[in-house]
Amino acid sequence: MESINTFLDQDHSARRILKDKLVLAGIIALSLVTISPIILIISKLVVKGYRQISLDFLIKNTPDSYEAITAVANGEIIPGGIANGIVGTLLMVSVASALAIPIGVLTGIYLYENQGKFMANLTRSVSDILQGVPSIVLGLISYLWIVKHVTMGYSALAGSVSMSIMMLPMIVRSTEETLKMIPQTLKEAALALGVPYHKVLLRVMIPTGFSGLLTGILLGISRILGETAPLLLTALGSSIINLDMTKPTSAIPLLIWEFYNDPNMIDLIWSSSLLLMTMILILNIVSKQIIANRR
Amino acid sequence: MTNTIADIKNPILSIRDLSVAYDKNYAVKNVTLDIKKHAVTAIMGPSGCGKSTMLRALNRMHELYENITTEGQVLLNDVNIFDMPAIKLRRQMGMVFQRPNPFPTMSIYDNVIAGYNLNGIRVKKSQKDEIVERSLQDVALWGEVKDSLLKKGSFLSGGQQQRLCIARALAFNPEVILLDEPTSALDPVATAKIEDLLVKLKENYTIVMVTHNMGQAARISDYSLFLYMGELVEYGKTKNMFTNPKDPRTEQYLTGKFG
Repeated sequence: MESINTFLDQDHSARRILKDKLVLAGIIALSLVTISPIILIISKLVVKGYRQISLDFLIKNTPDSYEAITAVANGEIIPGGIANGIVGTLLMVSVASALAIPIGVLTGIYLYENQGKFMANLTRSVSDILQGVPSIVLGLISYLWIVKHVTMGYSALAGSVSMSIMMLPMIVRSTEETLKMIPQTLKEAALALGVPYHKVLLRVMIPTGFSGLLTGILLGISRILGETAPLLLTALGSSIINLDMTKPTSAIPLLIWEFYNDPNMIDLIWSSSLLLMTMILILNIVSKQIIANRR
Repeated sequence: MTNTIADIKNPILSIRDLSVAYDKNYAVKNVTLDIKKHAVTAIMGPSGCGKSTMLRALNRMHELYENITTEGQVLLNDVNIFDMPAIKLRRQMGMVFQRPNPFPTMSIYDNVIAGYNLNGIRVKKSQKDEIVERSLQDVALWGEVKDSLLKKGSFLSGGQQQRLCIARALAFNPEVILLDEPTSALDPVATAKIEDLLVKLKENYTIVMVTHNMGQAARISDYSLFLYMGELVEYGKTKNMFTNPKDPRTEQYLTGKFG
């Protein structure tokens, strides 16, 4: 009894509180380290890029080097904008989505319906591997398939195809996972009403899991928005707005690369990056909100 | 073997040698019985005895799962249900599940009319309104929800949701309603409401329900059957079975010796 009492009498609480505080401080410090890159990136982009952002920046094409040199020499803001890149990105992303969403959703449904079967397992594994394929390789493939054989030259279509392959695995996975989360009883309830199976899928399962599907699609889009490597090999770039899928087309990340290679255009790098970053952030926040509302 | 057909004249359902197996394990073995029209028939038995399995065989729900096989015959008004399209059968045999499962994306109105909308059956708006009102009145829910028909069904309480699910099954005017422990997820007040409802509904519908609750079977059913390890042990009028069980296993179950 004596020893227990002396043990209890010893006051360790001060030490424990100190330890607690040290651990907490460590956690806060490491959290700050984790979020600091994104804060530093965004603040750098805002500081360096905001001066260029104006209506002109959104609706005018990229200036040529001569205009840029003149403006820089006179200490003015570089005229023109990146409308050709914005339009090109929207065009290629839309076409990529139009290609990838139906295929991805249908494949996801197939995987959900055939759990544990050989073909489904194989498809799932292949789709996972596809997700790991470097984007430059997808660009090369699209170059071989589309640039060399379909459009006979660099084209927006080739860019879209490489982007859609990149989106595909994300959509497949999110469709399957979303459907798996829907309770089986809901499916049975619809079947018990004598509803044919395809209508159960289309009218009950998909609407119920719609927010999940949408989230997967938005995250897929936000991933391809910033892709540059495959576009260098496929869409190439264009200094004017192009809506022809068979012609070379610009994109925001392509322009950033071009600006980087032209010492007179350096200022435009920051504003273009800021715009691209903002688009991706908005998509991410929207999809996070959708997930939050679903819970 | 006891007389399991229980001398029912003009039965709506005649079950003959019905067996259901999960992989190769039989959960329901050679069940033969007739079910009376416009009556409540209760399926009783301890957990895992095959009650739900048997009920789900009646609207061919097992066909969803590849590892389940069903053998035997079930005649609905003298037509073998395994010979008719599953879709047609299920429209004649509504089903209510253990847990309320209204469609979460649909309003109360759309939930009730879901059978028509999802099947693409075109009905005039006025007729739809009528069906919704009648079905909700049948389940005594109309008064409670008539001002919020366009709200989502998932906002209702558990008991209300279950009545909504019964209304959804009634909207098609099925001949038989199958209920799989419809009150096991509900509180006593909601349970009492559903029980009253079922007694009222048997005037127009034939009700087959699985229940875990012997009191419930005694209160509302006209006929009961006792399943044990997948076999039909006893079947007959509920009154006779509760007062004078013929099989010792039924007696033991009813007196609480197992189950």
